[in-house]
Amino acid sequence: MRRSRTGLAAVVPLLWLAVFFAFPFMLVAKLSLSDTALAIPPYAPRIDWSRGLEGVRTFLQGLDLETYARLGRDRLYLDAYLSSLRLAGVATGLLLLIGYPIAYGISRCPPKARQALVMAVILPFWTSFLIRIYAWIAILKPAGVLNAALGALGLPAVDILNTETAVLLGLVYAYLPFMVLPLYAVLDRQDESLIEAAQDLGATPLSAFWRVTFPLSLSGAAAGALLCFIPMAGEFVIPDLLGGSETLMLGRVIWTEFFANRDWPAASAVAIVLLATLVIPILLFERQQRKVLA
Amino acid sequence: MKAWLPGLGMMAALALAACSPGGGGKATDPGELRIYNWSDYIDPALLTQFTKETGIKVTYDTFDSNEVLETKVLQGGTGYDIVVPSNHNIPRYITAGAIQPLDKTQLPGLDKLAPDVLAHMQPFDPGEKYSVPYMQGTVGIGYNVNAVAKRLPGVKVDSWAIVFDPKNLAKLKDCGVYFLDASEDMFAITLNDLGKDPNSTNLADYDEATDFLLKARPYVRKFHSSEYIDALANGDICVAIGYSGDVLQAKARAEEAKNGVDIAYVIPKEGSQVWFDVFTIPKDAPNPAAAHKFLAFMLRPEVIAQASNYTEYANANAAATPLVDEEIRDNPNAYPTPELSKRLFVTTTKDQDLLREVNRRWTKVLTGH
Repeated sequence: MRRSRTGLAAVVPLLWLAVFFAFPFMLVAKLSLSDTALAIPPYAPRIDWSRGLEGVRTFLQGLDLETYARLGRDRLYLDAYLSSLRLAGVATGLLLLIGYPIAYGISRCPPKARQALVMAVILPFWTSFLIRIYAWIAILKPAGVLNAALGALGLPAVDILNTETAVLLGLVYAYLPFMVLPLYAVLDRQDESLIEAAQDLGATPLSAFWRVTFPLSLSGAAAGALLCFIPMAGEFVIPDLLGGSETLMLGRVIWTEFFANRDWPAASAVAIVLLATLVIPILLFERQQRKVLA
Repeated sequence: MKAWLPGLGMMAALALAACSPGGGGKATDPGELRIYNWSDYIDPALLTQFTKETGIKVTYDTFDSNEVLETKVLQGGTGYDIVVPSNHNIPRYITAGAIQPLDKTQLPGLDKLAPDVLAHMQPFDPGEKYSVPYMQGTVGIGYNVNAVAKRLPGVKVDSWAIVFDPKNLAKLKDCGVYFLDASEDMFAITLNDLGKDPNSTNLADYDEATDFLLKARPYVRKFHSSEYIDALANGDICVAIGYSGDVLQAKARAEEAKNGVDIAYVIPKEGSQVWFDVFTIPKDAPNPAAAHKFLAFMLRPEVIAQASNYTEYANANAAATPLVDEEIRDNPNAYPTPELSKRLFVTTTKDQDLLREVNRRWTKVLTGH
């Protein structure tokens, strides 16, 4: 009885993984080995099922690694990967710096206030993501809210819309809850008596934080960092709306391949390589999760 | 991206319109018509009128580039009954088998189309088997008259040098320069400005154009194909390379808002591209009968004239010209004079390899990589 229930519990996530990850991944991988064609859909070869096994064999012979070779030949792709990883890395660092004090502050509040503050962190999700990013355009544009405020204070105007600064701002803004919540979850669960014990043993509040609270919260920081870093590396909407032409990010490269070049195989290949690059942090995240859950 | 918002608003408006009394008989359901058109490219009142007359509910979505449109259509199964590509893309749609031949018996009014527009369309859709021309426009410069005059005193805005010469751009940079993010259109006007064939198939020409554009790039705030309409109208930017009707719409919006922004449009003296957007019916359209009804509706001179009054683009219907608002029909920027037409060229279709090479160079212009 017991065993069958655990068996069932394992099947559901596996099925989920098969339907929503493995199957689409195989489709994209297959696409990345195809060639473009002017047809519906715009790639070749396709399996001719009417010819049975022979059709499958011809199809397999039509696949090649030419698209990947092209990714290797053109610096653009490497630059886009590096630039995406750099932007995601910088944003993750900023998120840690901003998110940690927020999470720590919330966890040190009385329980009632804590609930309200966590609610406040989640509240922005109640409006559409797209609308929130549009709001940033209104704030940052040259004749926007920010410059009006700066002008009222007698400060010089800034022109940061359509720059990397604006992209970083947008990333940090949009992903902040994903950093605060896992950190808060870990900090909130910490046993107060540990701090009391440290202070009984002569630790100052600062060294108690540094030597007890901080190391114990690292798992939350890692979870938050990976939860933010992975989607940020492939982010498209924020750089497209807030970024300028020089903001080179993979999301945009995939868009160009898919739409401007109508080259599905190249778009798929770029996506596959991005996934491969992100597999390492994803695996780290998995391990971290298991540790946290254990 | 921006195109979603007006699209959504319009869909909501149409849903309301369809629910209102007189929205169609219950006895026979004439079904639904799904249109995919350029952003800000139809008078919503016309769609309401169409629904009132036929009982056909209209769902209207928008895009802002030929690239997005073609990618979606070539995916198949979009569910759209009418899509509106530009002239130079039509041969690709035909080759891919993406659009269906029109049933001309259902399209009275085809005879009213202007012969010169049809002549332009011949290389793309011989015998107009697949398409009905909707609007035509040009690529040119939209600018904030006062802001440019302040920064370039005494300079007549009539040349591509305004937006391509770094000397001019340096003075305009602080108030905002926008370029279209449309690889083929931008290369065509650049090649033409450099004295090359705008439809060149020689990659060296494109390399030269890329270097030329890279010199202008540091002064460009953004490459985007529709944002400049509002940005010009709000006075957020100084100059934009844009499509004629879009700039004229920006002008109209600024006048409506009475915000003191005066927008003008010019087709530079070095010449520019003229393009034609055409109605086509995807091969897998769920309701081709409704699509034909809509095309017949849009072929009516009074209807298409009202469409031009809204979009500020010239339509292809010769019988409609006298019905178009005087200020639009007499504006050579909307309805080019024969003298001006001599400076306009049409772009041709690129094959896949050339397209990829050209787009790769465009990416270099955009990103510097």
